[in-house]
Amino acid sequence: MSLELKQARREAREGTFDSSAVAQAIGKSFTYLNPRRQLRNPVMFVVWVGTLVALYLALADLVTGRPWGYDLAIALLLLLTVLFANFAEALAEARGRAQAASLRTARADLRALRLVGESAQEISSTQLRRGDQILIREGQLVPADGEIRKGLAVVDESAITGESAPVVREAGTDRDGVTAGTRVLTGEIVVEVTSNPGESFLDRMIALVEGASRQKTPNEIALSVLLSALTLVFVLVVATLPFIASFVNISLPASTLVALLVCLIPTTIGGLLPAIGIAGMDRALRANVIAKSGKAVEVAGDVDTLLLDKTGTITLGDRQASEFRPVQGVAAARLRYAAAAASISDATPEGKSIVRLARDQGTALEPKSAEGAKVIAFTAQTRMSGADLPGGLQARKGAPDRMMALVRESGHGVPDELPLLVDEIARGGATPLVVTENGQALGVVALSDIVKTGIRERFAQLRRMGLRTVMVTGDNPLTAQAIAAEAGVDDFIAEARPEDKLRLIREEQARGRLVAMMGDGTNDAPALAQADVGLAMNSGTQAAKEAANMIDLDSDPTKLLEVVEIGKQLLITRGSLTTFSRANDVAKYFAIIPALFAGAVPGLSALNVMQLESPTSAVLSAVIFNALIIPALVPLALRGVSYVPGSADSLLLRNLLIYGLGGLALPFVAIKLIDLAVGLFV
Amino acid sequence: MTDVVLILALAVLLAWPLGRYMARVFSGQRVFTDFLTPAENGLYRLMGVDPARGMNWRGYGMALLWSNFAMAVVLYGVLVFQGSLPLNPDRVGGMSWDTALHTAASFVTNTNQQHYSGQAQLSYLSQMMLTWFMFVTPAVGLAALVAILRAFTGRDGNLNEHTHTNLDERTRGNLGNYYVDVTRGLTRVLIPLSLVWALLLSAQGVPSTFEGARTVQLIDPQTVTAGGQTATVTEQVIPVGPVSALVAIKQLGTNGGGYYGPNSAAPLENPTPLSNLLQTLAILLIPIAQVFMIGYLLGGRFGRMVFGVMATFSLSFIALIVALERQPNPAFAGLAAPGGNWEGKEIRFGIDPSALWATLTTQTSNGSVNAMHDSLNPLSGAVTLVDMFINAAWGGVGVGAINFLLYVMLAVFIAGLMVGRTPELFGRRLEAREIKLVSLVILLQPLLILLPTALALGLGLANNSNPGHHGISQVLYEYTSAFANNGSGFEGLGDATVWWNMSCAAVLVLARFIPILAPLAIAGFMAAKRVAPVTSGTLRLESPAFAVTTFSVIVIVQLLNFVPVLVLGPVAAHLAGGR
Repeated sequence: MSLELKQARREAREGTFDSSAVAQAIGKSFTYLNPRRQLRNPVMFVVWVGTLVALYLALADLVTGRPWGYDLAIALLLLLTVLFANFAEALAEARGRAQAASLRTARADLRALRLVGESAQEISSTQLRRGDQILIREGQLVPADGEIRKGLAVVDESAITGESAPVVREAGTDRDGVTAGTRVLTGEIVVEVTSNPGESFLDRMIALVEGASRQKTPNEIALSVLLSALTLVFVLVVATLPFIASFVNISLPASTLVALLVCLIPTTIGGLLPAIGIAGMDRALRANVIAKSGKAVEVAGDVDTLLLDKTGTITLGDRQASEFRPVQGVAAARLRYAAAAASISDATPEGKSIVRLARDQGTALEPKSAEGAKVIAFTAQTRMSGADLPGGLQARKGAPDRMMALVRESGHGVPDELPLLVDEIARGGATPLVVTENGQALGVVALSDIVKTGIRERFAQLRRMGLRTVMVTGDNPLTAQAIAAEAGVDDFIAEARPEDKLRLIREEQARGRLVAMMGDGTNDAPALAQADVGLAMNSGTQAAKEAANMIDLDSDPTKLLEVVEIGKQLLITRGSLTTFSRANDVAKYFAIIPALFAGAVPGLSALNVMQLESPTSAVLSAVIFNALIIPALVPLALRGVSYVPGSADSLLLRNLLIYGLGGLALPFVAIKLIDLAVGLFV
Repeated sequence: MTDVVLILALAVLLAWPLGRYMARVFSGQRVFTDFLTPAENGLYRLMGVDPARGMNWRGYGMALLWSNFAMAVVLYGVLVFQGSLPLNPDRVGGMSWDTALHTAASFVTNTNQQHYSGQAQLSYLSQMMLTWFMFVTPAVGLAALVAILRAFTGRDGNLNEHTHTNLDERTRGNLGNYYVDVTRGLTRVLIPLSLVWALLLSAQGVPSTFEGARTVQLIDPQTVTAGGQTATVTEQVIPVGPVSALVAIKQLGTNGGGYYGPNSAAPLENPTPLSNLLQTLAILLIPIAQVFMIGYLLGGRFGRMVFGVMATFSLSFIALIVALERQPNPAFAGLAAPGGNWEGKEIRFGIDPSALWATLTTQTSNGSVNAMHDSLNPLSGAVTLVDMFINAAWGGVGVGAINFLLYVMLAVFIAGLMVGRTPELFGRRLEAREIKLVSLVILLQPLLILLPTALALGLGLANNSNPGHHGISQVLYEYTSAFANNGSGFEGLGDATVWWNMSCAAVLVLARFIPILAPLAIAGFMAAKRVAPVTSGTLRLESPAFAVTTFSVIVIVQLLNFVPVLVLGPVAAHLAGGR
């Protein structure tokens, strides 16, 4: 099943115009002609009214026996303009719906074992309610979103995230969330259902991309206000024109005036605006991020400060042994041997890396020496681990302060040099572990954080975009500083407790900055709620997911960066297409004004710089261009304009050149070409 | 040409220190005119004003509205009853109710559109009342500008007191004290400057007296025949009065209402080439100085951007109109008419200075004239119209810069989106509430210019002298002039009718106060917002790309709206050979 699902999801991801979405959208284009729906978009409503006026004019011509072809052509072209705008919105909706539906298929009608007292009863997942306890056995699909209350399981989440490696989910940890449609590979868990059917985050997201509950985002509202005002301006400009012209006894053809009006009002951006907003949500969904509101996506573009966890985001999850530093008088091999012995049964990646490094440097433990070794496991209280080998060797490794105390207790002195070594390693960004042999300090092992490749460049790019990055880590300040320097973050908080994140966010906000952070634990919930953009990992606790305004299905710590770019791209697409739309007006004036006054003011043909065939074809060409530019820009509106990260200056210059200058020049060429084609028929 | 360059260079050179001085005055820093403080304090006591009390945008706006309304009512009374009031040596009768209403509206809005001839229809008291309005209305504009700028500097009442970027709630919305700002504008800027200019003009021969009209014997008595009777005219009555004081502030305060009907074309109002230079300079002085003031208050780089965009518009139109006026009128096409368009121009000034004056007086919302705009070549007339459509390069005292800030907000909104952030102006977000107000002002222009123009022309209310395309320009010009609070006229209108007086009065008042109050409200909203720090992701308002955006916004969003009517009016007149 998961294979077909992935196939479906890939298709939804790739095609801009997959045929079923297009077919759906074409149907909707007509149903959206409903005037009540058109009223929601004042710009297109004016076009819609203009269509009716032109249609009336054509009918009046027909009845009175005047030539009616021109008026009818205008009416049909205006109708087409409205349909194209409807199509753009419907297509964006269809694509969003397809994307969400592919996620939803994973959870359709699963069987669930509901626990009632001690017994389990099998019901359909649609009957599950919030608060129900369900039992999930090995190999079963998770029937609903929930939190593990009992047990531990290895879960295959590939159906949701597309990531093939299974993950561990355990009760009572920050990774206790399970998602409907994922499969439990091993283990048996009891899960508490966290949402009623139809109310999960995914359901809410689906509603957001569909018409009903879609709310305009703040910037979209502001832009709509401006576009409405501009539309009203042109209504005034065109409506007053016949009165002014009457003073010099010029009568202007009504249908040409309607055409002029429609060409001048910002139909391009007005028609594409809803589609751009939906497509922004859709792009978030394609990045496997569920946004709880359109506003959240938009705000992401405004973020000034990113709060990033060190582990997983900046460094690889595991620290690796990088160096053995013996104290004076101790042979390096002896330190290596003791360190490897202390890690002999240590299954953590750190422990294994110590054994591996010792072996690489020529000190291998004989496998038999491990047999019968007594293992001292690491605990949070002792903060050290080790092994007693059968040969009598007692090897220990652990946190420096703890180990030095043990050395003192056992009567051996702490070498003067040891604290210096510890300090030096910490300052270098690594974690020092002190190694002892039968109570005597031999030296230090350095565990280094491995900074992800390419992360430094990424941060440099963020800085150019004007974003501040703050690393959050539980490490001591010395280590944190070293890693911060290596990764190139702007600031860090070391020895961070969850409340430090909240404090930092408030401080940043007080300075006027907008903050984004990612988190998964219940501890993170207040900070996630306080942050302007709080992105919760899907693997995280329910509390974290409730507090956040976005959820990352992949639980990928670097996703924040992507979300910021999606937000910026959304705003840039709106701004650029507004600029383009307005710049188009210049050419349209040059096409229509000479045509409008052609008979009345003879010398005006000098303004016909495009040398358009006849007044009729000039007006028709401008209207055709005005209609066709909408579907031509639909792919751009849905994909978003290409976003090249950079400073505001470079972005403005680039977009001004492409959409401002391009918007000025393109219609001159396009209208001329259309005129040549129209000239063949008229 | 040399005179044009000389005047422009002098204007910038003088405006620079003046702008710096004004910035210091309005931010309460020490200036050499501080000796006036006791006198000002006396005025505050007289008005019952506590100068230390700051106002939020509502308080400031209400004070502005009410004080202007009260003054307008007084003016209306004086005009209607001037016949029975003192200081009326020439026994001028009261003004008709509609002309008085229009005149009151015209002078309270810093417009000075005149539907009367001052020397014949006003008593000295009325003239002096009008002079008072010429002083106080530019001070009101300046005060509004300063209040708006305070919101963006994020500083409280005194602009200089640099406090933390995010002020606490108590001081956040404080835009200063309206009465203090107006008083300081009067005592420290407008009155001292006018004093200097009035003296200089008097030295050039502009009358300054309280005595009545002079009667002089004609050197060359004329014989006239009227109504079948023949008489010999041997003497002429020449109206004089406190002319130079009025002319000085008329020019400096972007007022434009002349003492005499022909304004600064009249020999007694503007007698010599030097007086003409002084008066042209005065048109530009404070409108340019306000840009320097912005630079000193909001940062030199932003100031340079504003100056650059305004200067680009201004210089382009100066060059264009001078070139156009050097051509003969298209009606003379084919005739051997040497030189440029001399119709309606004073020979003692010449073509270039007259063309320069025509464009500057419309660029700055001044409205005084030294030549007849009705006689400009049709396309030159279009240039003066475009000057007034923009009305923000350089614009009227205070209000020109406010208009420009509105264009900046619009440009910030579009450019801000293009760089992928919620648009910010000086770190404060421009949101739907602000954009609504900006949109209102954008909408106002076609509403208040095109709608009454269409009504006047379509319903045959225009009562004008010219039936052709030029007739359209005449009516369009009158409403554009009213909208821009400019006050100059294309003339040729029988404009002392109830329709003209009422429609113009409505346009004047709405076009003055809404474009002041809306930005003031925006400023109030913005002052309360948190200020985002500047990063490389922030739109830099001083960048050349942003300057280009602002320029394009003015051209595409504002000027393009008037292309159809300009085509029907001046462009068609040009093509039809000047008719």
